[in-house]
Amino acid sequence: MSEESPGYVGRSVPRVEDERLVRGAGRFVADLHVADAADVAFLRSTQAHALISRLDTSRARSMPGVIAVYEAADVVDQITPLVAAELRVPPGLAELGPINKVQPVPILANPEVTYVGQPVAMVVAESRYLAEDAVELIEIDYDELPAVVDLELAVAPDAPLVLIDEQDNVGVHIRHGKGDAARAIANAAVVVADTFSTQRHVCAPLETRGILAEQDPFSGALTVWSSTQTPHRLRDHIAESIDVLADDVRVQAVDVGGGFGQKGTVVVEELLVPYAARHLGRPVRWIADRYENLTADAHAREQVHHITVAADADGKLVAVQDRFLVNLGARNMTGLVVPYNALCHLVGPYQVDNVDIEATGVLTNTTFTSPYRGAGRPEATFAMERALDLLAIEIGMEPSELRRRNLIGPEQMPYRTGMLDRRGLPQEYDSGDYPELLSRAVDMIDLPSVRKRQSSPPAGGRVIGVGFAMYIEMTGSGPFEGARVEVTRSGRVRLYTGASSQGQGHRTTFAQILADSFGVDMADIDVVAGDTSRIPDGIGTVASRALVTAGNATRQAGHLLRQRVLDAAADVMESNPADLELNKGIISVVGSPTKSITLAELIRAVPHAPGGTGSDGLSETSYFRPPNYATASGAHAVVVEVEPLTGRVSVVDYVVVHEAGRIVNPRIADAQIVGGVAQGIGGILCEHIVYDPSGQPLTSTFADYAMPLASMIPDIRLDEIVCPSPTNPLGVKGLGEGGAVGPPAAIANAVEDALRRMAGADVTIRTGPLSPSRVLGLLAASPSLN
Amino acid sequence: MTELTSTTSSRRRILAPPASESTARHEIAVQINGEAIEAEVESRLLLTDFLRERLGLTGTHVGCEQGSCGACTVLLDDVPIRSCLLLAPQIDGRSIRTVEGLAERDGTPNKMQQAFCDHHGLQCGFCTPGLLITLTSLAEREVPVTLDELDHHLDSSICRCTGYMNIRNAARYALGLMPPRVEDRSGERDGP
Repeated sequence: MSEESPGYVGRSVPRVEDERLVRGAGRFVADLHVADAADVAFLRSTQAHALISRLDTSRARSMPGVIAVYEAADVVDQITPLVAAELRVPPGLAELGPINKVQPVPILANPEVTYVGQPVAMVVAESRYLAEDAVELIEIDYDELPAVVDLELAVAPDAPLVLIDEQDNVGVHIRHGKGDAARAIANAAVVVADTFSTQRHVCAPLETRGILAEQDPFSGALTVWSSTQTPHRLRDHIAESIDVLADDVRVQAVDVGGGFGQKGTVVVEELLVPYAARHLGRPVRWIADRYENLTADAHAREQVHHITVAADADGKLVAVQDRFLVNLGARNMTGLVVPYNALCHLVGPYQVDNVDIEATGVLTNTTFTSPYRGAGRPEATFAMERALDLLAIEIGMEPSELRRRNLIGPEQMPYRTGMLDRRGLPQEYDSGDYPELLSRAVDMIDLPSVRKRQSSPPAGGRVIGVGFAMYIEMTGSGPFEGARVEVTRSGRVRLYTGASSQGQGHRTTFAQILADSFGVDMADIDVVAGDTSRIPDGIGTVASRALVTAGNATRQAGHLLRQRVLDAAADVMESNPADLELNKGIISVVGSPTKSITLAELIRAVPHAPGGTGSDGLSETSYFRPPNYATASGAHAVVVEVEPLTGRVSVVDYVVVHEAGRIVNPRIADAQIVGGVAQGIGGILCEHIVYDPSGQPLTSTFADYAMPLASMIPDIRLDEIVCPSPTNPLGVKGLGEGGAVGPPAAIANAVEDALRRMAGADVTIRTGPLSPSRVLGLLAASPSLN
Repeated sequence: MTELTSTTSSRRRILAPPASESTARHEIAVQINGEAIEAEVESRLLLTDFLRERLGLTGTHVGCEQGSCGACTVLLDDVPIRSCLLLAPQIDGRSIRTVEGLAERDGTPNKMQQAFCDHHGLQCGFCTPGLLITLTSLAEREVPVTLDELDHHLDSSICRCTGYMNIRNAARYALGLMPPRVEDRSGERDGP
């Protein structure tokens, strides 16, 4: 696969991360022991929308063990309100005339609080126990304001304002399409119009958000250990908001226990903690508890799609029209990211000439939202793929056959959709073979056999259903990621990149790439990801981008370093670089292997080389800026069993056929897909962040917010095809998110297929989660069963 | 926090409660991973915080403090329990085993730890210690484990990364319930 030996890329190399983690020797932020570190607890709003009428922190401030209490007045002139970097609108999309309101987040709220969980005061104390005691001593009174929670109600004409200083509750709006959808729909043979919603989720990585900051007493510089997905962004936010030089802020993402998008959004707590560490001259840490994670950290996914699909009598799609709402929560934190991702992925792998999609990001008095694995794609795919199933039923066609008739063919690649991508440039799918994905999925799930089983009486009263979903995912978003590689004093090779890992195994996969491109054993490589002091610029691990961007940067840097090593060795060995080769860390003269020098010997010899190159050592930095997205794709097929008496849904067979370009580490890649599928299964079967109408969160523990457990996840069967991406030298595509995109639609399609066998044509699944009570409700509402 | 010199032969640094902590103090004597430890703890100190903050045994992770996720599972007198639901004074006179105490005497990972590595049974590794504790206790008992029992025990922990499949495979393998039935993709896999 790679042009160089020894060929690590493409092999399931065991992960180098694992041994210390299975020994309990990982070091997550909460595991770091910094002497004299003080702990933080927050007073958070208990009201969805209110004005604080009285806030008295005096008793808390005088409590023994309390070091400091900060309220809004203490920090308003000290920390700049948070404005997320994600709010930029690229020029191409600006021409569409979008609304994208910049709504700076107050560091601590006062007087207006806009969601339950919003930070109002921060207590720093000798322990978390004492900090929580002190929070209890803070006295606060509120004057309630009208709150709005439901996103349809929030855009109704008489809706109360979510933020009293705004004119309305719209944070984002954009409309984009091609052709003439209204006309095509008016003239179409078959039209299906319905509403499909994705309920509110939370990423809930098992490690909650954490941050520990310490000011160096000698230099005054800040060291920040964080569970962030985007260390360089966090560094820049901290530097700007508390007015220190970015050079004097070092953010290190240590072991991070999952992120999935939640830790890719900077929050005010991450600015307050470094500020306090500096203000107090003492290390300060905050580790969110699960209550904070579920109620006061970013939520996700809540969307309502009013979608219309139209086709001719043969099932050929002629138009897609969609008006959808995205619940942004109490502020526009990430702008177009989720709404536009949903918009430009909705039509997906299908060829449709007339498209009209309008996205509205709606403010509500609920916790702010962030991208979550898939970032708009699972929600859009749910609407589109549900609509396709209804269309297939309307036409009387096998749903997989309807899909087959509309797929973009491999011969059409690269395929221009006629729409604009997330960068505002013409949307182009670089490579793929969607019919092959579908065909394999149909074969693997053995559709004819499932249909045959469905025609006989259900075994044990359990009814089975089969469902499909397809999607594309434009991965590897830019603008860039970097890699710095160097030969260390001991002769090892070290890679630094901003694309840190939250469990994806970057220390293994990036080392595989570097081992091949540079020419050493993997065992001689150390990967340091997410330390801002080691590479000046970076973005992070979000949006299925790390392998495409950082992976290719690593490859480039490896090549550059290889040449530099050969040049330096030529100086030291007094020979011609072209006569030298580098293999397994040893540089030798081609044809006379005894004349050689090791990397360790070389790095020590360089300063002594007469008339050297003037360079200070053996290191190279490379940034890779992808010219286009690398578009991955997948087909999911699932068989479910529904128990009519209990409403329980079991996933009995799950098949994924995916395409994500060249695969660097198959075992890691497969596990990313499976992990994503499990999150999707949880999303459609049990996960739901629930608010009551007054804006009180009702799902604040894992007993209320039901996470998928092992018994819900079958042994998922995988297949893949490989269409190398022409957008980057490695030919790779991102696949971190893809697995999570298909399950909600595929499972809903399968459950509805099962329910329709019991209840006839009048069961339509419009939202999740498909908990037993909801499934029973769907059956109970069916006239044909009553 | 000040350092408290242990009266045992342990050279472990044991931190005392913060001076301003107002709840009552208790002297407890416990066995942690075979090591005798005496410490002063406050009434309300969670066992998780005793292990992590006072003894520096940070391998036991805190995922929810609500008894739901299983990340903090340790063995209390050889029985898996949620250490976030116990207070440190409650374990006086008892023995605790944490993930740091799972390896074999010669320091090599135990069979379950090794199986997790071999079957890619972890991604971020945050839930891993709790699962290893639960599954090691199954592996060490004398009565053979059935597949149903294994599934029942796997449901004691939340893993957000792996989708459980590789964990299940690792556990089945280490428990001798089946050969490594992973779709063996350890070899080359290349594009067209």
